[in-house]
Amino acid sequence: MSESPKEKVVAARNLSKIFPHGGEDVVALDKIDIDIYKGEFVALMGPSGSGKSTLLHIVAGIDRPTSGELEVLGDPIADLSESQLSTWRNHHVGFVFQSFNLIPVLTAQENVEMPLLLTSLNKKERREHVETVLRIVGLTDRMTHYPRQLSGGQEQRVAIARALVGDPDLILADEPTGDLDAHSAEEIMTVLQKLNEDHGKTVIMVTHDPRTAHYSSITRHLDKGKMLPVGEPGSQE
Amino acid sequence: MIIPLQYNLRYLRTRWTGTLITAVTFGLVVAVFVIVMALAQGLDRAFVTTGDPLNLLIMRPGVQSEMQSSVSIDRYQIIRTLKGIATGADGEPIVAPEVLVVVNKPKLPDGGKSNLQVRGIDLKTLELRPQVRIVEGRMYEPGLREVIASRLVSKRFQGFRLGDTPIFGGGTWTVVGLFDGAGTAYDSEVWCDYEELQQEFDRRGGYSTVVARATDPAAAAALARTIDEDPRLKLEVKTEVQYYSEQTETSRPLKLFGTFLATVMAIGACFAGMNTMYGNVASRAKEIGTLRVLGYTPFSIVLCFVFESVLLALIGGIFGCLVSLPMNWVTTGTTNFQTFSEVVFQFAVTPRLMTIALGFAVVMGVVGGLLPAVSAARRPIIDCLSKV
Repeated sequence: MSESPKEKVVAARNLSKIFPHGGEDVVALDKIDIDIYKGEFVALMGPSGSGKSTLLHIVAGIDRPTSGELEVLGDPIADLSESQLSTWRNHHVGFVFQSFNLIPVLTAQENVEMPLLLTSLNKKERREHVETVLRIVGLTDRMTHYPRQLSGGQEQRVAIARALVGDPDLILADEPTGDLDAHSAEEIMTVLQKLNEDHGKTVIMVTHDPRTAHYSSITRHLDKGKMLPVGEPGSQE
Repeated sequence: MIIPLQYNLRYLRTRWTGTLITAVTFGLVVAVFVIVMALAQGLDRAFVTTGDPLNLLIMRPGVQSEMQSSVSIDRYQIIRTLKGIATGADGEPIVAPEVLVVVNKPKLPDGGKSNLQVRGIDLKTLELRPQVRIVEGRMYEPGLREVIASRLVSKRFQGFRLGDTPIFGGGTWTVVGLFDGAGTAYDSEVWCDYEELQQEFDRRGGYSTVVARATDPAAAAALARTIDEDPRLKLEVKTEVQYYSEQTETSRPLKLFGTFLATVMAIGACFAGMNTMYGNVASRAKEIGTLRVLGYTPFSIVLCFVFESVLLALIGGIFGCLVSLPMNWVTTGTTNFQTFSEVVFQFAVTPRLMTIALGFAVVMGVVGGLLPAVSAARRPIIDCLSKV
């Protein structure tokens, strides 16, 4: 990106997450501060247990912080009810999982259509949206295939299409290449990069693979629940 | 906010063995429910369809059945003179005395004995009960020891086929005809000349009941009032419809038993359904988490799994109805505790009963699916997603 966008998409202050585990408290996030702006492609890196996935889940509204302040797209999502959060996620977030999480009994097209069934779009409009995003990920010829009939890379592309179909403001990806071979991983990262650069989508991606992180515009490191300052060894911007 | 139907349908198809086992469990419960209720309904129908609203059954006051009643000959003669009674083609009032006895006879095929009701009738009875028609052989000859038996009786009791010579009351009788009672209580009876039966059972002093046909409903009411109020008669009048409706009390224990049995089995089926649905929820935890991430609310998850459970129960319900449908043509019998004689009737698997049974299946599906569905919806998304 040649120019820094100014609109804040994520603003977290003193964000903490503590899990009770075996009678003790485990600190997954320890007073994290982070700002992410519109149009950025941020990679969150760190070793296992560093809290990067926990942070992503909290930003996605699928987990709640123990303390701290968090605004995503201007909404204080920690204060929303479960039902409100469901609607908020449907409207604003596209989530890409490591193991794709496609519904095995539905075709690629039906999987991609699932988020749209919650909108007011009619069947024809939904079909048009689904075809558009499957074209973006290059899978128009696999629309009627079931997940078991697709390769890992194709499954992940369907999952990206599903994340994209509702035209969300924010795409969150949790180790999107973790279950893929090198070639498929490259394809997926190219798609995500294209979404960021050509379609202006803000992307936050968790990864432990430096080659994958290389596709992002910003890399932030976490360690033992803390966000390392920009410029620390291993951190770059 | 509703998860599409095809999601549930394809799951049921994909996991067809589990679907089949649970559906069969639901189906067997529905089948038992339908069969027991069809039994009770068949018994009811035998009584309910028997009566004619214009036929008045005149009996001794306070008795519960024809069997306990007696009407003297002189009272019968008075009744014949009353106004409001229809006249037959011969110009005579349509009034018939009837004599009822019970004989203990061996049943087919095992020879176990049961009480059989023998009705001594007048030929006028045929004008009172036009639904009864001879289907084989001929009508008995008055003055002879001849009987006509219902076709169902001839199939359920030994010695009542056409040409047989059953012995009862000390005498030997000949079966000269078989009749069809059109599903009424008469299908459980043997008919003969009332005077012969009086002689055979030493009932020369009177009859069991007198049946009179009124010209119209208003005349029936007036006639009933006249008989009630006539100090010479001291008799009680019921329309046949009223009398046979009271006899449906016989089916009450069966209905209670059927409801009890179906309830106990339904509880078992609900647990089976619950078990299947808990299994479905557990194996689809990751998908539930994914659906939640996509924006589906906890309520839509509950609806999804309850709906799936209901679908499963409905498949079972349809199976249960189909399994029980052939019972519709099965004839059986039970003891009428008002008359202590056997009532022969057919199971009645009606569209209404099947609708109720499917409703029953839906209730089982909702009960069986609700707890697993709620547990699925309440599980934190992160927990769901972490399931492998």
